[in-house]
Amino acid sequence: MKLLNCPHLGARPENEFTYGGEVRVQPDPDTSSDAQWADYVFNRQGRPGTHHEWWYHNPTGIWFIAERDTITDRFLRIELASPERLKEAGHG
Amino acid sequence: MPLRLLRFALSKEHKEPRFFRERPELKDKYDAVIIGGGGHGLACAYYLARDHGITNVAVLEQGYIGGGNTGRNTTIVRSNYLTPEGVQFYDKSVKLFEELSEDLDINLFYSTRGHFTLAHNESSLRTMRWRAEVNKHYGIDSEVVDRQAVHEACPPLDLECGGQNPVMGALYHAPGSVVRHDAVAWGYGRGADERGVEIHQKTAVTDIKVEAGKVRGVQTNRGFIHTDTVISMVAGFTPRITSMVGIDTPIEIHPLQACVTEPMKPWLDSIIVSGSLHVYVSQSSRGELVMGASLDPATLHSTRSTLGFVEHLSDYMLDLFPFLSGIKVMRQWAGMADMTPDFAPIMGTTDIEGFYLDAGWGTWGFKATPVSGKTMAASVAAGRNDPLIEPFRLSRFADFQLVGERGAASIGH
Ligand SMILES: Cc1cc2nc3c(=O)[nH]c(=O)nc-3n(C[C@H](O)[C@H](O)[C@H](O)COP(=O)(O)OP(=O)(O)OC[C@H]3O[C@@H](n4cnc5c(N)ncnc54)[C@H](O)[C@@H]3O)c2cc1C
Repeated sequence: MKLLNCPHLGARPENEFTYGGEVRVQPDPDTSSDAQWADYVFNRQGRPGTHHEWWYHNPTGIWFIAERDTITDRFLRIELASPERLKEAGHG
Repeated sequence: MPLRLLRFALSKEHKEPRFFRERPELKDKYDAVIIGGGGHGLACAYYLARDHGITNVAVLEQGYIGGGNTGRNTTIVRSNYLTPEGVQFYDKSVKLFEELSEDLDINLFYSTRGHFTLAHNESSLRTMRWRAEVNKHYGIDSEVVDRQAVHEACPPLDLECGGQNPVMGALYHAPGSVVRHDAVAWGYGRGADERGVEIHQKTAVTDIKVEAGKVRGVQTNRGFIHTDTVISMVAGFTPRITSMVGIDTPIEIHPLQACVTEPMKPWLDSIIVSGSLHVYVSQSSRGELVMGASLDPATLHSTRSTLGFVEHLSDYMLDLFPFLSGIKVMRQWAGMADMTPDFAPIMGTTDIEGFYLDAGWGTWGFKATPVSGKTMAASVAAGRNDPLIEPFRLSRFADFQLVGERGAASIGH
């Protein structure tokens, strides 16, 4: 069983977590063009690298924003989701 | 060892016959460069040469041919999809596959088995009725059958599934087949080579040169090649290639795993898929059970295997076939699936002149090898998309015109 070393919860089995996809910054729905909206909804940063991602811990119901290397599957940083963190991840 | 093989050891005149020539040098210029020597790349090269007389073509493969998803897949071929676009496209591929051994003069062990997608609840039965109606409308042999029919076709299957998920019926697709995957790559490779196409293994594309919106050439680990036409057919490596030319796509890479058991006497004729239990199985001509499941949930650019996968899969397999409890899993492996949000491929022209994309094959693209090769070759020769692939164009996302194929492609690859 692969363990995820979470600084907030301690070492937990990885399958307690659900992957929630890449962190993307939502453009303003009122002012964005159709093209910008389609880009936000569909396009992804598919290239390997360090990605900012949503991860959900099922037993506690906590959302995290993690930095993960998508080649080695190593978590480099796990933080509680917060508006500040979200802003940072979106621009990171 | 048969004695006739000795001559290869004893004489230099009897060179071992190869499927294609090893080319020592890359040329300075080609009319077209295909990135990726999987089934799709080799099929495209074959049809470019055979159907359109375009033979000054190089297929560049970073590893060895067929070593990507082509050689890692569970080889299910079928056309009982959900959308009219998908059904017509995959039907054409099944028809090409049925003639392919003859066409390529190689035994592909194309074996028509019949394909059951089991329903364990009302909502799956409802989607299956929908699929069957769409299928029949396009002349495809596809029908919803009751649990008795499943029992008659596959007596060892426990219809109660351990009491948790009883089988209520199934979508039955008689043309469903399995086929030897490497032979498909080799057959197309040989056919392309015979017509003058060059196949270069261990040749990786590291960059693509674009000037004023037009393709000018590719950089490789063996030097620069001039060309005005580049066709990217790299499945799990697609985002790396599209980022070389600055194209954004919805493609994300997830590992898809599979495994085989030790060989057994033949007992399973048909292909059995269960969406609810996330497993599917067929028996190979060597007697092994070839088994797969759903995607790994998080993106990952890796072909690593996990114990969790085998545990999960075995759990559900034993619900379907309790008598397999003493059977050993022999090998497991993974491929990198290039997933799209609507479970349909991305094919054809792009905003960059001369750059063609054949990707988004996810967990379902092996069956499309012939039709994708043929339609991509036709699109490249004409400089515009073949009508059959127009619904799969990259711009469908910007136009909000997706091809909702999820219901027919998420587990039953
Ligand atoms: C476990 C598993 C089971 C599957 N089961 C089925 C199934 O039952 N039925 C079905 O229809 N489909 C199935 N699929 C999907 C199917 O395998 C793929 O969609 C299909 O094989 C893709 O073929 P391809 O030729 O496009 O890609 P590949 O065979 O992956 O070929 C792409 C090639 O491009 C090369 N390449 C990449 N980057 C570069 C570069 N920069 N330079 C040079 N070369 C490069 C790679 O080395 C690779 O050989 C399955 C996939 C997996 C992983």
